Amino acid sequence: MEYMVRFIQMHEEFRRPELDAIAELLEIDITWVAYDENSPFAIIAINQADDPTAAAKGLVSRAIMVSAVFELWGFGDSYDTLHADIKDRSSHVWPSYQECSFRFEMDAYHSSHTHAQRRGIFESLSYMAFRGPIVMSTPNERFTIFEDYDLDSNVPKQVLFGRYLGEGGRKAMSTYDLKKRSYISTTSMDAELSLVTANMAQCAPGKLAYDPFMGTGSFPVSCAHFGSAVFGSDLDGRSIRGKKGRSVMSNFKQYSTASLYFGGLAADLTNSPLHTRRFLDAIVCDPPYGVREGLKVLGHAKESLQHEVILNNGMKAHLQADYIPPKRPYSFLRMLDDIMDFSASRLVNGGRLCMWMPVAGAPEDADGDTAGEQETEEYAIPQHPALVVVSECTQYFNKWSRRLLTYKRIPDEEVDAEALAAVQLLRLQLESNGHADLGANDLNAFRKKYFQGFKTPLFQQFHPEPRDQSRTPEPST
Amino acid sequence: MKILTLNFLCCARKTCKSSPASFPLHPKEASLEQIETDINALFIKNILPRLDWEAMKTLTIELGLPALPTEPPSPEALEDPDSGEPSQTLKDLHQLLMETSIESGALRCGNCDHEYAVKEGIANFLLPSHMV
Repeated sequence: MEYMVRFIQMHEEFRRPELDAIAELLEIDITWVAYDENSPFAIIAINQADDPTAAAKGLVSRAIMVSAVFELWGFGDSYDTLHADIKDRSSHVWPSYQECSFRFEMDAYHSSHTHAQRRGIFESLSYMAFRGPIVMSTPNERFTIFEDYDLDSNVPKQVLFGRYLGEGGRKAMSTYDLKKRSYISTTSMDAELSLVTANMAQCAPGKLAYDPFMGTGSFPVSCAHFGSAVFGSDLDGRSIRGKKGRSVMSNFKQYSTASLYFGGLAADLTNSPLHTRRFLDAIVCDPPYGVREGLKVLGHAKESLQHEVILNNGMKAHLQADYIPPKRPYSFLRMLDDIMDFSASRLVNGGRLCMWMPVAGAPEDADGDTAGEQETEEYAIPQHPALVVVSECTQYFNKWSRRLLTYKRIPDEEVDAEALAAVQLLRLQLESNGHADLGANDLNAFRKKYFQGFKTPLFQQFHPEPRDQSRTPEPST
Repeated sequence: MKILTLNFLCCARKTCKSSPASFPLHPKEASLEQIETDINALFIKNILPRLDWEAMKTLTIELGLPALPTEPPSPEALEDPDSGEPSQTLKDLHQLLMETSIESGALRCGNCDHEYAVKEGIANFLLPSHMV
């Protein structure tokens, strides 16, 4: 049996990777029979499953990009071919549905029908000879006719027919809606994409996830939604602590997942208190892009002032209770590399890094004010010998976009040892240069050697044709 | 911060990373809290092989908690063989790792003696600039 996955027609690039991540997690072997970025209707086959129907339902039940999944009873490029396919494919099961209560529905993408038209279409299915009562609100079975139109076309380019099996995971979006959340800030990521990110990271019961830029905990609560234990850190301890009863912890309490929250730490990723051993299943983050506010790490901005401070009364400044350590600006590209290095040494085999980054085109400011002097530069996909790119999905805003990169930690036996040694040597060299990492030369050397450009074979694998020429950024020279 | 988390934390200073004395951190004047939570057997089973058991034993002694066995329990020891219910071993582990947390105090590095403060359950690992 094949299954029709009814996706939402938004965040298109996330749809297939999200479902693939879930299928891999649940060990469901699927084949994509038909998928089109411009259509909400996709067809998959489920292989080698004892109970493929249960597998299909389980697969989509946590998928945020899916509305519902249907048992595919037929499809074709016209109603004639559809009816022929329905008879071919499904006539052997019609007897099982003779007596149950049922209803028909219509899902027309880029079109609509009058009640009379719909009725006519439903009546054309009378050859199935269902004798059971038609019940509108809670029938035993729901059958849907799907029509796929090109915009402004009168004739569907594709029609499908399926039996409803189960819904996707979109209900979670309402539960986790930021408007209802106890504690948010300007950096909180929306519920929909936080949950998709947690799916890409394959969060599940029994696993441990970590967010090094936790903020108000948007990613951690999404990880906990899927049953993963989670903890996080942030350079700003106040953001974890919150105030007046609203904090990261209050968010977890709101969602009844506090038992999965292992705590927050005030910490800097570049001076991490996490032990260097492989124990995390997932690292999920939205690093500061460093365009508007300036990406910061621990240390004094002036190298000459990096000494211990003794106060007038002879006491050490940093031991006072109200001490706030200085921070200094840091290069975004170096931060990406630090995240890659951190992840490679903390993730277990098969563990996933899911990281958001900005895409060239406009300043980080979503109002699209390009008058600002700083534009987000074009950032190529970071690479690391121990992390293989699983997917790269872009969210398009009006004038800019950001993308979710998903990596998988491969076993040490599969890592190119020479490449790894070279990366670590370069990191040591950059480290010993001190604050000189802000120099353009160092950045360029880094970028040239270890980052690949937009038009890499890997990029083309995920983007065989540019989705919209006007939006494809020009490669930098 | 749950006791379990301490098994994954070390001194944040880069210069301490190469010294084994920087892990685990040593609690100082720690006030503990017990918060009852549902048992997450699957999680404990998965995390057990990733724990540094020696560090775990050191921590329980330093906190004045009941001593742990010399060797970590095997996966079979976590379940009652007949009923599949969580065993007493699992329940004890759960109470230690998940229900016990440090509310306040400090965590000291065994290598450089620097202390990281814990307040309201949140540990502060931010270093002054001369230690970065």
